[in-house]
Amino acid sequence: MDLNYTEEEIAFRDEVRAFLDEKLPKELSDKVAARDHLGKEDMERWHAILNEKGWLAPNWPKKFGGAEWNAVQKHIFEEETARANAPRIVPFGLSMLAPVLQAFGSKEQQDYYLPRILSGEDWWCQGYSEPGAGSDLASLKTRAVRDGDHYIVNGQKTWTTLGQYANKIFCLVRTDPDVKQQEGISFLLIDMDTPGIEVRPIILLDGVHEVNEVFFDDVKVPVENLVGEENKGWTYAKYLLTHERTNIAGVGYSQAGLESVKRIARAERANGKPLIENPQFAARLANVEIDLMAMATSNMRIISKAAAGQAPGVESSMLKVKGTIIRQEINDLARRAVGPYAMPFPSETVEGDNDPIGPDYAAPVSAAYFNNRKLSIFGGSNEIQRGIIAKVKMGG
Amino acid sequence: MNFDLTEERQMLQDTLRRYLSDKYDTETRNKIIDSEEGMSAEIWAELAELGVIGALFTEDQGGFGGFGFDVSTVFEELGRAGVVEPFLDTAVLGGGLIARLGDDSQKELVEEVIGGSLHIALAHGEPVSRYDLSHVETTAKSSGDDIVLNGRKSVVVNAEAAGQLIVSARESGDVADKDGISLFLVPVDAAGLTMRGYPLFAGGRAAEVTLDEVKIPASARLGEAGKGFAALTDVIAVADVALAAEALGAMDTAVELTRDYLTQRKQFGRPIGSFQALAHRYSDLLIEMEQARSAVINAAGHLETADAARQNASTRNLIGRVGRLVAEESIQMHGGIAMTKEYELAHIAKRIVMCDHRFGDIDYHLERFIELSAA
Repeated sequence: MDLNYTEEEIAFRDEVRAFLDEKLPKELSDKVAARDHLGKEDMERWHAILNEKGWLAPNWPKKFGGAEWNAVQKHIFEEETARANAPRIVPFGLSMLAPVLQAFGSKEQQDYYLPRILSGEDWWCQGYSEPGAGSDLASLKTRAVRDGDHYIVNGQKTWTTLGQYANKIFCLVRTDPDVKQQEGISFLLIDMDTPGIEVRPIILLDGVHEVNEVFFDDVKVPVENLVGEENKGWTYAKYLLTHERTNIAGVGYSQAGLESVKRIARAERANGKPLIENPQFAARLANVEIDLMAMATSNMRIISKAAAGQAPGVESSMLKVKGTIIRQEINDLARRAVGPYAMPFPSETVEGDNDPIGPDYAAPVSAAYFNNRKLSIFGGSNEIQRGIIAKVKMGG
Repeated sequence: MNFDLTEERQMLQDTLRRYLSDKYDTETRNKIIDSEEGMSAEIWAELAELGVIGALFTEDQGGFGGFGFDVSTVFEELGRAGVVEPFLDTAVLGGGLIARLGDDSQKELVEEVIGGSLHIALAHGEPVSRYDLSHVETTAKSSGDDIVLNGRKSVVVNAEAAGQLIVSARESGDVADKDGISLFLVPVDAAGLTMRGYPLFAGGRAAEVTLDEVKIPASARLGEAGKGFAALTDVIAVADVALAAEALGAMDTAVELTRDYLTQRKQFGRPIGSFQALAHRYSDLLIEMEQARSAVINAAGHLETADAARQNASTRNLIGRVGRLVAEESIQMHGGIAMTKEYELAHIAKRIVMCDHRFGDIDYHLERFIELSAA
């Protein structure tokens, strides 16, 4: 047992820190720190900086242009970028689609799409969920019917994150309605410019346009855009879901969030004293910090197993549940810490009014609180995860 | 980073687990609990022979372990089997204090402890001290070459079996001062020392100890006069790791028993674990068990560092919370059977819950964590 990083790992961490010091634009880290919404250009700017360094695709094999880091290195990178308030890497192309293409895509697909993901030419979004297929994803109904050299796609996808920026979408579609649900699904790559596709915004409860509905009306997709074999899409989708589970615990986000709550609680006053000295508040804060200390170690245990080549199993489901509970608790602490100034709607989402109301740190907390209710819903809801854990551990 | 046990600790864990699963079944243990001594001399001797006590001392002290992960390895296994024998009291607290503070002749007692031939009890807590380590009302007054002790010590675990008590008493300062507390080796047959012994809720025995003009030679003092507090804090830090690990081992057993029950017990024609209401609660136990395991690793891994106190407070708070959840939920998911004394879970649940009453409970450790984090 040794809880410390090795010398090589520390050297790597120092290299990451030096890079962030030098290359992370202050405008971007300021925005992230203030929880301002990042535009497409902001995200593309950071991607380009990482790509130039060769660090945009930490988990890709070197032969595809990735950094091929091990799990510990990836963790260090995530930890350091979170600490430095770097923008998140948009995961859809880089860490969701790319591993599927690398494992199951044709040589032509790999040669064409992978470089375009790195260069930022393509912005991918994910076409999985449907109005009638949420937790029960395999019940999806969007239909693709083969017609000569094309599939004709009809149906609707929803919760499509940042779909408004995307020029490509990878979709799960039903190609055989007459077999067991899981056996009639295919994995298609679709150009968002194809006639018959319509993207409609869904405005979330925090006023933000983050997700969309995508409608498909007789959309013609060339058959060469099928990934792998027809009707094997469910296998690829599961691979995608289980393969890219790093950072599922969100330890870095929670640590940054906790520090931010502490800053707020030192500035806010209750009964004439700093809020952080209020026994009730201090106790809640300490409880979540204690939970986070343990979870950070659980995370490292899984990472260390993964770095040794052992695939994480049901532990990732456990981390997902605990990690999201902790993040949501921190969001709740932040909301309560700012008192009445949690109530104004963030001014940036209100037209014609850009001056912040109340202290700077108060503006984003309610939005973050409400927005992050999604954490326990998406990526397999926490209830779905609990079902998986029980099933695996009871040997059923 | 590396989360594997060293080969030596792995061997120790295997040996101990095998021994206890062979020799320490529910029936045997329940007989031990009901016995007059509240422990088995035979088991004690055999475990000492296996090196279980030696593993809790450093090489300098005459053992072959003594680090955080040695302590956690041993106590996790003891906890898993619900062992009631007083390893914490005799070895970690008693032997630990003598090894830290004793002069050469006192240190010979450590050898006896490691060999299994001597029991020790720490007589520190008092009727109103609760978990406050510096609250010592018992007095020590010099009288020529002798020292006279007066006071009362409460819930002195293992007092009846001990050949020697380590008694904390105040030589100077106010009642809650850290300075001024001395530690003395007091033979249990000293004149003026009386005990009222009783069984503990989760097995083992303790006593209320009264010291009425107990006269001991000044040479019975452990370490310097009035400077006992630091060593007490040190051994209690080790005890925190031990208690957290013991609770973890016991919790593991509780969760295992619960899993078996959920898969085997049928109601309404199917295993009760197939009902989502129970399956999800069982999942929550497993999720919290991962937290508990990590917390014990944190405490054990930081025991030799400057952050030990804060890590210990964090770990014991978390273990206390998760322990309560595991104990209560395991009983609930079992239903009536878990309410019976002869079923394994009953004892295990009691051990888990009672760990939270030694050297601070959930609230105490939360407060301590807040204080240490602000410092």
